Amino acid sequence: MTMRDALNLALKEELARDKSVFLMGEEVAEYQGAYKVTRGLLEEFGPKRVIDTPITELGFAGLGVGAAMVGLRPIVEFMTFNFSILATDQIINSAAKMLYMSGGQFKIPIVFRGPSGSAFQVSSQHSQAIESWYAYFPGLKVVMPSTPADAKGLLKSAIRDDDPVIFMEQERMYGMKGEVPEDEDFTIPLGVADIKREGKDVTIVARSLTVPTALKAAEELEKQGVSCEVIDPRTIRPLDIDTIVESVKKTNRVVIAEESHPFCGVAAEISAEINERAFDYLDAPVKRVSGADVPMPYAKNLEQLAIPDVERIIAAVRDVSYL
Amino acid sequence: MSSRPSEQRNRNSGAAGVLEPPKTKSQSSAQPNQLTEDRETLVKMFRQMLLIRRFEEKCAEAYSLGKIGGFCHLYIGQEAVCVGSISALREDDYVLTSYREHGQALAKGISADAIMAELYGKATGCSRGKGGSMHLFDKDVNFLGGHAIVGGQIPLATGVAFAAKYQETDRVALCYFGEAAVNQGAFHESLNMAQLWKLPCIYICENNMYGMGTSLERAMSFSDVAQKSCAYEMASEFVDGMDVLAMRRATERAVKRAREESLPTLLEARTYRYMGHSMSDPGNYRTRAEIEKHQERDPIKTFANQLKETQVISDDDIAQIEKEIKEEVEHAARFADESPLPDPNELYTDVYANPLK
Repeated sequence: MTMRDALNLALKEELARDKSVFLMGEEVAEYQGAYKVTRGLLEEFGPKRVIDTPITELGFAGLGVGAAMVGLRPIVEFMTFNFSILATDQIINSAAKMLYMSGGQFKIPIVFRGPSGSAFQVSSQHSQAIESWYAYFPGLKVVMPSTPADAKGLLKSAIRDDDPVIFMEQERMYGMKGEVPEDEDFTIPLGVADIKREGKDVTIVARSLTVPTALKAAEELEKQGVSCEVIDPRTIRPLDIDTIVESVKKTNRVVIAEESHPFCGVAAEISAEINERAFDYLDAPVKRVSGADVPMPYAKNLEQLAIPDVERIIAAVRDVSYL
Repeated sequence: MSSRPSEQRNRNSGAAGVLEPPKTKSQSSAQPNQLTEDRETLVKMFRQMLLIRRFEEKCAEAYSLGKIGGFCHLYIGQEAVCVGSISALREDDYVLTSYREHGQALAKGISADAIMAELYGKATGCSRGKGGSMHLFDKDVNFLGGHAIVGGQIPLATGVAFAAKYQETDRVALCYFGEAAVNQGAFHESLNMAQLWKLPCIYICENNMYGMGTSLERAMSFSDVAQKSCAYEMASEFVDGMDVLAMRRATERAVKRAREESLPTLLEARTYRYMGHSMSDPGNYRTRAEIEKHQERDPIKTFANQLKETQVISDDDIAQIEKEIKEEVEHAARFADESPLPDPNELYTDVYANPLK
């Protein structure tokens, strides 16, 4: 099953399971979704629960938060997270803080989901990995799946969660195939990392798009005699730092791969946590492989240079191994 | 079309000038001095207005004594707007508003004790000391905040109305905001969705003619707020926000439209705040004379005279109400003073409903 279909299945199962769940966003209903993640849902659940919105991100994000205040469980799709930037006031000032500033009275069970990160030559304004923005704020949870099974299990947990969840998919990965449990009760808890490959020499922490890249790098490195452990935190906030630290204590070397810009990014945060918790175990400085610190260029060759690839991850692993 | 604004008018006269009462006839069958409301309702409204006035005066005093911190935006002068409009609601209807919300919170039924304790940052406050003056909440009375980004509550209220309809109730959402919020995209995005999807939301613009220190005509190219509803084919009315009964009756019409037809309404209430934008604002951008001119039409004095002329209440009744309110406000201040601070452990509670690790 593709990532796209796994997400579609999760939405379908959760819409069927709970009448307070509804889905809204641009082109989610009649158009069947800009990326077809919501295909067939209008037909199955009707226009009351699968709602096409005007292009009005601040408005419908806020409408979703308001609906969540009084008992609904909205799933708000951003056609891409680039457009969520218009809605940040409602996500940050309303959704993230409502429970706290109301002294625990108003929980906000809402999911904001859509593709994030780079796509295929869509240039600067459509190729942004902004998970560190949302992960910065207490009150929000941030989820980034890297396999179809994780996508299904995590999205179902996100919809059932009583807190606002930022659920970031990756456009380049919608066609990715993998085994997906058909079981309607299959969920994956938020805040639990997954070891995608076991190894003993170097830990690679990767998320979303960089997970398959890191796995390819690990395969290649195995041939070169370096055994890599690939850890996918899956949830950026809350972050399962314990699983990462345990791995680092075993391998003593760590590379963090991410699509986003390096400055003030999630890799910087993980690096700081490792320094605080496992400094004495490190045999080399923590190394980051991030997206280039530039707006995303259009030209194909420049775009490729801006996104972490297998070669850069291999080079970083060899670097921390002093090879 | 049926939802066409019925009482719109062009009023391009000086925006920050003195409020002129509406010139066209009200839809209501009541004549200006003919009271159709029962005595209990009228007295309750008068009492609420006076309570808000005295409560806010106490806040100013407590603020100057350092008992209230942060920002504190007083409602003095605008009492008729919230009391009149909330009196048209049922208890199960929702209210959302801005950071100038002590009045709405009192009118919706949060106790003076719980509000004052919140302003004092105490554990007994309606938001348990975590919200403060700008973030009052009380789920039990359907008071959904206190929101402090200008216009931020407008999409939220639209969503609450959306939920009321989705859940197949006939509850309505009432949303207040100042005229400065009308320049935000959130206002226009919300009104568009509310009319498009026929949501039972009532938008009340409290036009006090100043966005902090910037007067209406310096901030709005076309300052007739009620007319802006035309862009969305939404019903609207201009209301004299200094007249509590006008507010009540206009809101009753809007509530009827929301409950029976599931349609939104925009009400523009012309009003005036006597105090600065917040306690730290000396108000140098307007003259004493301008403020005094508005005070001549003070909503509480006007309503008191109206109630006396129609023999609903006497001077003795008013004195008695004053006395009770004084006690209520004093009690609130004492309660707030004596209440405990939040437990230090409260710093990390309520961040997540489902905390992980």
